[in-house]
Amino acid sequence: MFIRRGKVWTFGDDLDTDAILPARYMNVFDPRELARHCMEDADPNFVEKISPGDIIVAGKNFGCGSSREHAPLAIKAAGISCVIAGSFARIFYRNAINIGLPILESPEAASFLEKGSTVEVNLQNGEIMELASGRKFKAAAFPPFMQEIIAQGGLINFVRGKARPAVMKEEQSGEDNQ
Amino acid sequence: MEQTLAEKILARAAGKKKVSPGELINAKIDMALGNDLTAPVAIKEFEKIGVGEVFDRRRLALIPDHFVPNKDIQSAALAGQLRRFARRYGIEHYYEVGRMGIEHALLPELGLALPGEVIIGADSHTCTYGALGAFATGVGSTDLAAVMATGELWFKVPPTIRIVFEGELPPWVGGKDLILYTIGRLGVDGALYAALEFCGPVIEKLGLDARLTICNMAIEAGAKAGLIAPDETTFDYLENRARRPYAALYGDAGAPVEQEYTWDVSTLEPQVSFPSSPANARPVSAAAGTAIDQVVIGSCTNGRLEDLRQAAALLKGRRVNPRVRLIVIPATQAIYLQALQEGLLETFIEAQASVSTPTCGPCLGGHMGILDAGETAVATTNRNFVGRMGHRESRVYLAGPAVAAASAVAGEIVHPADLQEVN
Repeated sequence: MFIRRGKVWTFGDDLDTDAILPARYMNVFDPRELARHCMEDADPNFVEKISPGDIIVAGKNFGCGSSREHAPLAIKAAGISCVIAGSFARIFYRNAINIGLPILESPEAASFLEKGSTVEVNLQNGEIMELASGRKFKAAAFPPFMQEIIAQGGLINFVRGKARPAVMKEEQSGEDNQ
Repeated sequence: MEQTLAEKILARAAGKKKVSPGELINAKIDMALGNDLTAPVAIKEFEKIGVGEVFDRRRLALIPDHFVPNKDIQSAALAGQLRRFARRYGIEHYYEVGRMGIEHALLPELGLALPGEVIIGADSHTCTYGALGAFATGVGSTDLAAVMATGELWFKVPPTIRIVFEGELPPWVGGKDLILYTIGRLGVDGALYAALEFCGPVIEKLGLDARLTICNMAIEAGAKAGLIAPDETTFDYLENRARRPYAALYGDAGAPVEQEYTWDVSTLEPQVSFPSSPANARPVSAAAGTAIDQVVIGSCTNGRLEDLRQAAALLKGRRVNPRVRLIVIPATQAIYLQALQEGLLETFIEAQASVSTPTCGPCLGGHMGILDAGETAVATTNRNFVGRMGHRESRVYLAGPAVAAASAVAGEIVHPADLQEVN
């Protein structure tokens, strides 16, 4: 469940959420509908080319601009299994974790990996491996409470039943998360 | 140890004496915001949590502004979801068409964004309210849903980057030029994860409208928040306006910051950000002569009264170039009315501009001014990414209202001082 394997699609630096999911498609929020337009203004034929499980690799500041959660929703629904980037814009970072889209920050992997190569990612330990060369990279680890959100499949599952997302306090006091 | 303004506000909201950059905290939220595009997703997620009511119906604002007045049937459905939710849960700050405004112009105007507060909104330009000395930041819909249920949210305390503007602003240079220049210097991720604090003698002399413009675009440098310490200008603005009691906070002198830049802006030219990044800021003279098809004056960045006054001063007695479509969108109903009473709307209409009811509309390529392939616009909005205002082969130059109005008259990008005299 923590292993993702797929073909790499590369994008450059500062890819904004308008390019990932143009606002003209935001009059609906059905993920299947959004998926049809994923990356449309960056690469108009992107969704026709990808296969389920493929991986997006991008440069720095991925997902900058608008706060639209529709952008990571579109990526996830299009079947992309993971996004690796040099860095993420902060709202996109939160959104991806909240909706359960796996993201990994590794400037080294982002600059090394090339389009069309096959990569295996271990979401648990943040290890990224290019299969052909065997070259390995290690992504920055998530803080423990964020790992918990990821493990539960997103923020809503995490908050549900807890009444409040007092993540830090509960972690510190060692209360049961349930 | 001394703390910055951002740290002081977050510490208080987290119930702590002090916080440090990098620390993860849980903060109480004073105000939360969603719009017709982001709130429907939040509502769906909120209902999954199953708490039955929102954390505080007076501290949630639901504002249809992006695709309203409804631009199509799907948009009508989104606005309808917002309306029904607001009624069902007794949301106090829901503003219907005819009473609404662009969210980031409306909330300050209504006294709902106050010094020392922590404000989140499911819209990236929520950082606007930092102009009032609040810590305000954009989040996604799921974060908004969690706040609607609990009134709290986790944050990583950001380091502060301080920008000090010195000197005297030249004519035709204003808040928009200062922030475009800043983004140009820092780059689109120059302030990633950081709080951008603006100060210095130039800021102290600026009115609230210009300050809101500056903090509005902090996100365009990647910042989590933009902040300006409250002063007499702030308190004057809030008198008879603030809807809640508030306690202003200030950063400590000598608080450590990650970086500090001091820029003398006495010789700054009006700025224009070339396509397709807000960070492509250059002096207007570098763009002079660029032919344009459309000009938009409005948005949460520059749709306020001072912006309209500046545009009207240039358009008075002049006509928009026959090749150009000028679209003016006052940001709120109150601004619209005031502009009417001051004769600004008459000036716009006599200049052959189109004047619209408040909406985000063209800024994000929604409606009310979509660009065709090959078209070029000058806009007082905040983003000029590929396809932002329409076709992916259209181009947007970002500028302040003076450059925008002058360019509409000239039919090409021009320095306002270079417009021919009106006889």
